[in-house]
Amino acid sequence: MKHARADVLARADRVLSDLSFGYVSEWLEAGEGRHAIGYLPMYVPREVIAAAGMLPVAIFGAGDALDIVKGDAYFQSYICHIPRSVIEMALDGRFDAFSGFLFPSICDVIRNLSGMWKMNFPRHYVKYLDFPQNFDPEVGGAFYRREIEEVMENLARLSGRRIAGADLHAAIVLYNQNRRLVERLYDARRDAPHDHPTSEVYRVARAGAVLSVDDHSRLVQDYLDAAAAEPLPEQDRIRVYLIGAFCEQPPMGLLRTLEQAGCDLVGDDLLLGLRYLRGDVRTDGDPVQALVDAYLTQATWSSAVYDGDRPKEDRMMEDVRASRADGVVFCCPSFCDPALLDRPMLQRRLEKEGVPFASFQYAENTGQFQVIREQAGTFSDSIKLWE
Amino acid sequence: MSAKPEVVKEESMVVQKEMLAGYFQELARARESGKKVVYTFVPGNVTELMLSFGVVPVYPEINALQSGMRKRSMEYIRQAEKMGHSEDVCTYVKCDIGMMLEGNIGPTGEAIPPPDLLLCSYTGCFTFMKWFENLAKLYSCPVVMLHVPYRADGEASPAMVAYVADQLRTQVVPALERLTGRPYDEARLKAMLKLSAEAEGDMVRCFEAAKHRPSPIDGYFAGVYYIGPMFTAFRGTEDCARYYRQLRADVEARLAAGLGPVTPEGEVKEERYRLVVEGPPNWTHFREFWKLFYDRGAVVVASTYTKVGGTYDFGFRHDPGRPLETLAEYCMGCYTNLGLPQRAEVLSRYVADYHADGLLVNSIKSCNSFSAGQLQMLRAVEEKTGVPVGFIESDLVDPRYFSYANLKNRLDSFFQMLDQKRAPAGGDGRKR
Repeated sequence: MKHARADVLARADRVLSDLSFGYVSEWLEAGEGRHAIGYLPMYVPREVIAAAGMLPVAIFGAGDALDIVKGDAYFQSYICHIPRSVIEMALDGRFDAFSGFLFPSICDVIRNLSGMWKMNFPRHYVKYLDFPQNFDPEVGGAFYRREIEEVMENLARLSGRRIAGADLHAAIVLYNQNRRLVERLYDARRDAPHDHPTSEVYRVARAGAVLSVDDHSRLVQDYLDAAAAEPLPEQDRIRVYLIGAFCEQPPMGLLRTLEQAGCDLVGDDLLLGLRYLRGDVRTDGDPVQALVDAYLTQATWSSAVYDGDRPKEDRMMEDVRASRADGVVFCCPSFCDPALLDRPMLQRRLEKEGVPFASFQYAENTGQFQVIREQAGTFSDSIKLWE
Repeated sequence: MSAKPEVVKEESMVVQKEMLAGYFQELARARESGKKVVYTFVPGNVTELMLSFGVVPVYPEINALQSGMRKRSMEYIRQAEKMGHSEDVCTYVKCDIGMMLEGNIGPTGEAIPPPDLLLCSYTGCFTFMKWFENLAKLYSCPVVMLHVPYRADGEASPAMVAYVADQLRTQVVPALERLTGRPYDEARLKAMLKLSAEAEGDMVRCFEAAKHRPSPIDGYFAGVYYIGPMFTAFRGTEDCARYYRQLRADVEARLAAGLGPVTPEGEVKEERYRLVVEGPPNWTHFREFWKLFYDRGAVVVASTYTKVGGTYDFGFRHDPGRPLETLAEYCMGCYTNLGLPQRAEVLSRYVADYHADGLLVNSIKSCNSFSAGQLQMLRAVEEKTGVPVGFIESDLVDPRYFSYANLKNRLDSFFQMLDQKRAPAGGDGRKR
């Protein structure tokens, strides 16, 4: 069956614009004893949640779609925006259908939010998922395995059934398929960004934060088919790699503004947790160990992880080159220590390599884009004219 | 014109001053004496292990706070911002980077040697990792990472202890062996840990003296001096044990004499308010900040900042019998590595145990690890203990975020609340 581009995007938008998580409620009602587990950016091994018969739901805050009233009473003005919109949503009862939340180690704010959750929402299962910063399989790997096993034990208690190896294996297979499709989606954008603009690709990818893995895989496939069937006209834009937006997401308006200012995104770290592992997770042998090994050896680079023997500057350059970007835009949330403390290191490397870059900051609810449009437009023009 | 404050110098202050002078001399001579210099952080530091290898530890947080106290931090922060650091991020990091760019001149006027190794004790603060990633590039220096898991559920599980001890065994010890050419000397480490435990016991006795009324110490402003040797380059040494023996003797003498705390403005003669304080102090206006409390007869009887290098008052002591495991447990017990519910519990316990009249949060713009969630904790403590709570904001070393008038107004309101709380019906509660 053919799907028009607009229809597929409308399906994604229905999920993205629904801050009451109607899809989650429907999914829960579709079967007995089902549970939804929310998690904060960035990465969690969703396979484990799916294997428990539960729906993993990535929570990226409310963007610019919600006025924050109560959330501001929980955080000082110099804390980033995402935790206040997440708390606001929780206090509004938007997560009432959820059974638990995982808080992956990403920064001090999300870490402390896990404690706030325990104090405010004692009904929820809450787990701070501490990812190792040591990548020795015998040391960090052993620790991470214990973390995964603990989540599995806790989820089994919640559902009343043990997660069998076969269940986890099946979930890995499904997520591998999804990873390949999402990779194809981003490759298509890289190769023909006018035909797969970020203002579309991002929505299709982000729907995967909420949809079940098979529903999301269908959506991605339908979008790829629709885009192939309905090509869009070429644009005179520069090719840009965007860095810094791995956790709190910029509003859609900002991504559209970049396009309107003449920048095609051909690489980015938006929604990084949803495509954190590169390549398939191994499907032979012990599935828990396969997830551990994938984290240790197949994770992409990010500001939340110690770069050890593989400096993130090197990995950034590999990705920027692979994307054939003309320049880099640092687009970091205000008050985001990890992104903002990485920025000077990465910029120094780009300077050394002669790659042009521009920088600006945002909050998920930023509403004025004129300044960014001018900055990005100038950046685009300067590359078109002089590079 | 007001009279010049009477300067009170206790014996322990003299001892600490001598220790610091010796340390900075050793640091300045490190290159010529062939000693290796290792930069590390205060929370979760493994000082005994480092000292057992004969290296000289340097604590960039301490350099930054000293720069703040010496009024140099603004210039350093501007330097870092010029090189691309955002106004939004931790000012300790920017101050340290700016100090490096300007020659790394320490408090004695001599340059602090660059690091031979960065030992990232990644405990209770995510920014530590970013800080040392930046320094590693700026100094072209190797890093050894010690990842300390967060005690989100309050406990340090056996798996967590094993993880940290394994990293010490497989990463940190080999890195120090390579750096110094010396083998790991467990007997020496054990002897140092024994001295640590002795000093820790004495330090806890000093802080717990504040349970008495009037308190003989200020557990926040003066407390930052009391924790100095324990939290930095001296833990596990004879000097450190001697300092805490002397400090204990000084504090016990004040206690026996019924004296109040020593401050730069003189002794507190009348203790009018007993406070618990959460959060680090501001360093750029440290003395003015302290004076705001002194002027009102407010004594901080317990603080959480003095527990960032270890929560010894809840019973932890280094155990020489299990050297690497005890270091692992120590690392995980630092205050900012505790879950928020546990932190709120610590505050409530301090209010009760130290008979405090109120809780004050000094929320630090730079420090998400401390600050995120403080408003929640504040409400939890108010609900549990019933004492008034106050909230002020400042920064560690960025003077742009220190507003004297604003702080004074907020503190005045807070003290009024305390007065009203203790007032009999119809009175304002002030002692006349």
